[in-house]
Amino acid sequence: MRYFDPAAFVDYLFNYFLLGGVRVTIGLALAGVVGGLILGMIIALMRMSPNLLLYGFARFYIWFFRGTPLLIQLVVIYTGLPQLGIKLGVTGSALVGLILHEASYLAEIIRSGFMSVPQGQREAAWALSVPRRTIFWRVMLPQAFRLMIPPFGNSVNSLLKATSLASVISVEEIMRRSDMLMQENFQILEVYAAAAVYYLLLVSIWDLVQQRLEHHFGRSLDRNAKSTPAKRR
Amino acid sequence: MNSVTRPESPVITDRYALRMEAVYKRYGDFTALTEVDLTVEKGERIVICGPSGSGKSTLIRCINHIEKHDDGLIFVNGIELQHDARSIDRVRRETGMVFQSFNLFPHMTILENCVLAPMSAHGLSRKDAELRAHALLERVHIADQAGKFPAQLSGGQQQRVAIARALCMQPKVMLFDEPTSALDPEMVKEVLETMKALVGDGMTMICVTHEMGFAREVADRVVFMDKGRIIEQAPPEQFFTAPQSERARHFLDQIIH
Repeated sequence: MRYFDPAAFVDYLFNYFLLGGVRVTIGLALAGVVGGLILGMIIALMRMSPNLLLYGFARFYIWFFRGTPLLIQLVVIYTGLPQLGIKLGVTGSALVGLILHEASYLAEIIRSGFMSVPQGQREAAWALSVPRRTIFWRVMLPQAFRLMIPPFGNSVNSLLKATSLASVISVEEIMRRSDMLMQENFQILEVYAAAAVYYLLLVSIWDLVQQRLEHHFGRSLDRNAKSTPAKRR
Repeated sequence: MNSVTRPESPVITDRYALRMEAVYKRYGDFTALTEVDLTVEKGERIVICGPSGSGKSTLIRCINHIEKHDDGLIFVNGIELQHDARSIDRVRRETGMVFQSFNLFPHMTILENCVLAPMSAHGLSRKDAELRAHALLERVHIADQAGKFPAQLSGGQQQRVAIARALCMQPKVMLFDEPTSALDPEMVKEVLETMKALVGDGMTMICVTHEMGFAREVADRVVFMDKGRIIEQAPPEQFFTAPQSERARHFLDQIIH
């Protein structure tokens, strides 16, 4: 008769090997977010461009990478591309796959953020002859970013868990190392419960970060916010 | 339709702060402005009124190319407004605009709102831009709020900031697009007082408004629009007491009790 062994569960929770996998998961997620944000911003700008070629490419990119499963993308990048002479290795394939995938989602989130900034903001900046670059960096981007945070947070949450798919191409993150530990003693419940706790923990930490971001970028809209003393010269 | 010739002599155009000739604006099948001719002399105060949907806002928004006119000629202080970035920028540097919904930048403090354009477009140092901003915020009696964010101010205060922000670019023509329409009644007065103070400085003003008291007191000329056309133009005294057109009479009956 099998039962759930709490002691084994706690052991797995503090298992050094599994902790190593947590580090890899964090690394994958961070790279996915940072890379996805940069690439996603480029794709979003192309998607909003009046240039039909750029626009068309961005539309295709988003359609393709949001339309196919991440699992297939990872497998194709890792095992299919070498057939064409492109060898990225295990980590490289996982990073490229996650970034390409995340960028397709973030591009749409970034675009929606820009579209949600009221038109009057642009018009006011135009009327004041503010240069185009300044309008983008100082007027539009900060406001778009504030609107982006909630859906962006959602996407990062998904990404944190989606990194587990990299286990199929043998990246030794939480899921893969859990599989490996499970093979030793077949304490399936204990191992995967520990793995689940790690994902919960990572997601909870991200929740806190997101709250801070929302607070930081929303403070100017708070009627009772403490004002910064005006400098006088 | 008469063909419009370009002015030969800049001296003639320079007399005017604004010259519009046969201006058309269309949205698809809908014609928002039909053959609009309007000249405004330097220092003149114009109030544009008319029923909603008559094209008042479209007209004023065409002057600084927030809306792109489809046909006709527009000159602001002798500068022809064409559809290229250079001429648009030149015209916008002559004009300041105040919007119905204030359109302050909500993520910036009042002071930052006022220095953004002078620093980025005029190349002023932060120190000079802040000096200029403080002087103008002082004039609209709001200098003590410079460190606050727009959301912390009342509507009337926000609109006064918007006026100061526009003045920071030292425009020669001020465009007001229903500046008091979004305000609670008790805040209308403070904004109108601020605008009247500008009149004393000889600023050219073009103002779309329903405030007929303001028009009577301040305007040199009232322009009445209906269905995208200018129907009638007259000094306020004449317009309010003896409107020439049936439509203007009807409009005045509606709004003045």
